[in-house]
Amino acid sequence: MGWVNAIIQGILTGGLYALFACGLSLMFGVMKVVNLAHGDLAVVAGYVAIGVITVTHVPVLWSFLIVVPVMAVFGYVLQRTLIQGALDRGTLTTLIVTFGLSVVIENALLQFFTANSRAIGTNLALVRGSFKIGSQIQIGYLLVVIFAAAVVVLLGLQYFLSSSNYGRMIRAVADDQEAAQLSGVNYRHVFGIAAAVAFGTVALAGVAYGMYSQLDPTTGTDTILLFAFAAVVIGGLGSLWGTLLGGVVLGVAQQIGAQINISDEVLAGYIVFLAVLVLRPQGLTSRRSQS
Amino acid sequence: MTDALLEVRDLEVHHGQLRALQGVSLTVRPGEVYAIIGANGAGKSTLLRTIAGLHKPTTGSVWLDGTDVTRVRTDRRAARGIVMVPEGRRLFGSLSVEENLKVGASYARNGPWTIERVYELFGWMRERRGQRTAQLSGGEQQSVAIGRALVANPRVLLLDELSLGLAPVVVQRIYGMLPQILATGLTVLLVEQDVSQALRVASRVQCLLEGRTTLEGQPGDLTPDRVEAAYFGLGHDPGSEDSDSGGGDGGQPVPSAGLPLAGDGADAEGEG
Repeated sequence: MGWVNAIIQGILTGGLYALFACGLSLMFGVMKVVNLAHGDLAVVAGYVAIGVITVTHVPVLWSFLIVVPVMAVFGYVLQRTLIQGALDRGTLTTLIVTFGLSVVIENALLQFFTANSRAIGTNLALVRGSFKIGSQIQIGYLLVVIFAAAVVVLLGLQYFLSSSNYGRMIRAVADDQEAAQLSGVNYRHVFGIAAAVAFGTVALAGVAYGMYSQLDPTTGTDTILLFAFAAVVIGGLGSLWGTLLGGVVLGVAQQIGAQINISDEVLAGYIVFLAVLVLRPQGLTSRRSQS
Repeated sequence: MTDALLEVRDLEVHHGQLRALQGVSLTVRPGEVYAIIGANGAGKSTLLRTIAGLHKPTTGSVWLDGTDVTRVRTDRRAARGIVMVPEGRRLFGSLSVEENLKVGASYARNGPWTIERVYELFGWMRERRGQRTAQLSGGEQQSVAIGRALVANPRVLLLDELSLGLAPVVVQRIYGMLPQILATGLTVLLVEQDVSQALRVASRVQCLLEGRTTLEGQPGDLTPDRVEAAYFGLGHDPGSEDSDSGGGDGGQPVPSAGLPLAGDGADAEGEG
């Protein structure tokens, strides 16, 4: 029964990892930007949520309604200024710039919020509560909600990309920037929209992780970015549903590793990650599933 | 000059160190089909791309209907009515035929062209609107590329090497559509390596050689000898535009009849 429990926990954790990963995948798929500050931005979103909850006393879950739009606007602005500026100088420059951004964010968080870790909504029934199946399997409500949220986000993203005007333009710009311009499409604006959407998912990921575990200034690069990368690579670059598959595979691998030996949890995840890189470098879903 | 719809004044364009265009001017009047001909690397595509805004000129200017658009961004130019069908078609590969047209119509001006109308022009397209463009033949892809430009309701339609990589029959068929397109009040500026095709459809022709204008006139007034001389630069200084010599050539084929579709302007040098 311990194994079944591990697999169920792993699958559910995969939803959280998919939330981490889908924004990273979107930004890479559309703009060819590997956003190394992805995890730190999620942590920023978590801190923003903590700030919003402390100041306005809104219920914890309602903080999404503020944090997601704030991060989306921030994403648009960041894309149109810093990231676009880096893109104009070549794709590699974006690596350096987002790496720099990551360092700046991490140290700014350390400076202003100390190295203490924080959690979101620790006294909520949703966060603390769980239900049992049989005597061995115990499932936290929160993980179920996060998994459901990830599925909803991916469905929403898929609908947005395949059916909306902006989604169509995002795919067109990802295919051929120049041809899109010739059709009157301002690709910088479209990039901004894509970044706004990606940052919206980052915000969800950050707050979700803050509720699931704890945030401190280094969580972004230590945990979120690495797991997001692993999920994207396992699932297949540029594939939306691949991030969920990748997240689930990563989550299950970690839980099984933990079942064998609690200290092997993270290691097991990376072994699967490396195995996929070696055996199937294009990822488990090799085709784009964005449309 | 007031009746010019599109005007290019004394354009000079560099690709890095390389001078691709030098002192090129042209005036396109409403309703005209204006053809730029020239060998590979003569600077034709560079000229068109500069007009569309994809290259920045070193000096010179581009005017649309009396307004200087030299500093206007490509997408804004498209919205103002300078729309290009790029060389090699450049369709959005992961989008369906209809989605390609929808992107073209995203920032369309008001005008006669709609997706419906494009479907009427190209009869096969409606049935296959859900297909990815990668599944289409070259000629069909070119039609979608033209349709994508038309739905933006351009004032000036720029056509870059429509014939490239297409069978002669297909090229004929696509150029056969031109009268129906012109009937809606469009003006066309096209670049074509296939000289005979260009001379057939154009009301005005300009020949480029190594980035300079070597000949300009109406197809009816140009003898094959003059076109050939301008095309290859035979017995002719590319810099002087007033040459009237037929060129002291030998057994070269007459361009208007004998030039191949693409890529064989081997006598002309220069890149661009």
